[in-house]
Amino acid sequence: MATEVSKKGPDLRPDPQPPMVGGNHTFGTMTEKITDVIFAATPKGWIVGFAIAFMILQVLLVSLTYLIYEGIGIWGVNIPVGWGFDIVNFVWWIGIGHAGTLISAILLLFNQTWRTSINRFAEAMTLFAVACAGIYPLAHMGRPWFAYWLLPYPNTMQLWPQFRSPLEWDVFAVSTYFSVSLMYWYIGLVPDFASVRDRAPNQLLRMIYGILSLGWRGGSMHWHRYETAYLMLAGLSTPLVLSVHTIISFDFAVANLPGWHATIFPPYFVAGAVYSGFAMVINLAVPIRHFYGMKDFITDKHLDNMAKIMLATGLMVFYGYGVEAFMAYYSANEFERDLMMKNRVFGPYGYFYFALIFCNGLMPQVLWFQRVRSNEAALFVISLVVNVGMWLERFVILMSLQRDFLPSSWGQYSPTFWDISTYIGTFGLFLSLLFLFCRVLPMISIAEMKHLLPESHVHSHKDSHDHSDSAHGGSH
Amino acid sequence: MDAPKTKIYGLLAEFATPTEIVDAANHAREAGYTAMEAYSPFPVMDLHEAVGFKRTMLPTLAFFGGLTGFLTAFTLTTVTSGGAPSFVTPFIPDWFYYPLNIGGRPLNSWPAFIPPEFELTVLFASITSVFGMLLLNGYPRIYHPLFNVPRFSLVTSDRFFLCIEAKDSKFDLQGTKQFLEGLQPYEVSEVPE
Repeated sequence: MATEVSKKGPDLRPDPQPPMVGGNHTFGTMTEKITDVIFAATPKGWIVGFAIAFMILQVLLVSLTYLIYEGIGIWGVNIPVGWGFDIVNFVWWIGIGHAGTLISAILLLFNQTWRTSINRFAEAMTLFAVACAGIYPLAHMGRPWFAYWLLPYPNTMQLWPQFRSPLEWDVFAVSTYFSVSLMYWYIGLVPDFASVRDRAPNQLLRMIYGILSLGWRGGSMHWHRYETAYLMLAGLSTPLVLSVHTIISFDFAVANLPGWHATIFPPYFVAGAVYSGFAMVINLAVPIRHFYGMKDFITDKHLDNMAKIMLATGLMVFYGYGVEAFMAYYSANEFERDLMMKNRVFGPYGYFYFALIFCNGLMPQVLWFQRVRSNEAALFVISLVVNVGMWLERFVILMSLQRDFLPSSWGQYSPTFWDISTYIGTFGLFLSLLFLFCRVLPMISIAEMKHLLPESHVHSHKDSHDHSDSAHGGSH
Repeated sequence: MDAPKTKIYGLLAEFATPTEIVDAANHAREAGYTAMEAYSPFPVMDLHEAVGFKRTMLPTLAFFGGLTGFLTAFTLTTVTSGGAPSFVTPFIPDWFYYPLNIGGRPLNSWPAFIPPEFELTVLFASITSVFGMLLLNGYPRIYHPLFNVPRFSLVTSDRFFLCIEAKDSKFDLQGTKQFLEGLQPYEVSEVPE
């Protein structure tokens, strides 16, 4: 019966082989270790960090207030560059979110048990990144109080949205993505809320976490339905996450503009999203495991695996740059060629293109070396550089707008103070939410972590009754 | 049979390992008990089958949820855009009819409608799986008789429990207690209603 575990297929239950938990943990110490973070006194470092993040958040509030008061004229957008920092940052933040879904859904389906300790905060990262991303299209409307016009609902104007537009597809894709990510995250939290409830030191906390846990008791039928739902959500999120960045790339690729109208865009955008997302997960995992003493749970092996995924997706992205350049040349279309050489590589923002090639293409090649992958500090720095690189990529793509077919309609874009302050401000929102998350929620999935312990497996007894084989068809 | 003074929800036996709880549940099922449930800090393999639960209808629900999502988006995009066949047109209310002629392209531009259809399929299927799971499980239910047993709070940490409920036709306070003690649990306790 020991082989039963592996033949079950994708499941919450991990393969017993890789020791992805360090130290000598039992079910009890695992629960304690993770829930104690919530009950312990607020660490001083947390207060300082949260205070800084919260101050940066105020920058966002001021920027958005002024934007709503004055209109988007305060940004550097113009004609022909009608989209500026807002779409660059929108795509950048959404892309970061994609690693969370990849870790929680796709790695679950592929039975990658090492995902367990990082999936909770990676999912939190997804939600907060999508929240930051969502601000930009709303703010860019100029009249965000009419944002609900984007939704298809019967109205007295008898108008319906243009369902053929990639911008309307975005509304469906991003709102679905946010809703599904939120449900997935919450469902994962429910049994852990129950763990917090049952260890809460006072009545108030017991009530708050009791309500959040919905009264979870961990009955076997409940777990069975829970696992079924969890697995189905993973299966649904997998195509969803691919569709979201595909649709976002359609914002560009459906346009008839040189440098944008390319079939490479969807796969290259998805790879780039995962690339920057994993970089962000490393940027968060390194400090979290350090400050909260979670090195038993988020091991060096985890960082190593994430670095490898970063290297692989980085190569895909680099390949995308190559294809873009080659297709511009091979199309023999003068507009495509000029866009590539005279605007992108040697144009006004040409140095951004070279910085991009360095950050995303060349520098991450050091990840081939085991010594680099096992060095926390090096990984942290490389991940920062990759995130900068992925931001540059979106900026470079967007700057195709500067020069289209007619030189008479060429223009130039440069961000204003308010463009930059809005961008900085979203970091405040992202980090404030992350700090709150680390403080009040179990940042590692307690129930799932227990599966990584060998004690979690059922051993056969002479008198136990083997009815499991016939029943396997029933699990989903 | 002794009539208990307070109403009893059931008898709760505590175990220390997943193997013990699966064995105990198997024994209880074979002894003829049906109204019982096993509780664990994490999903234990085949435990739901040991207590006699077959399979959940959740995937079927989710399928129909997804189908509803697809049909909703299909109707929304095709009918409002004026892409429905002409015999349907007289039945479309004014507020649901908004044909847009974009450069003379067909009104039923179905390839452009795939993204909303896909997204709503995923959204509705996900909502059905999540809320279907919660409703079938009877959540939210903040209070439950089991919470009256102080040691039951360990079910979310490292202990495993088997509860034989009083509504079981075979339930008999003394007899069932003896049966549970025969399974060598850590402790057997009465669960007051």
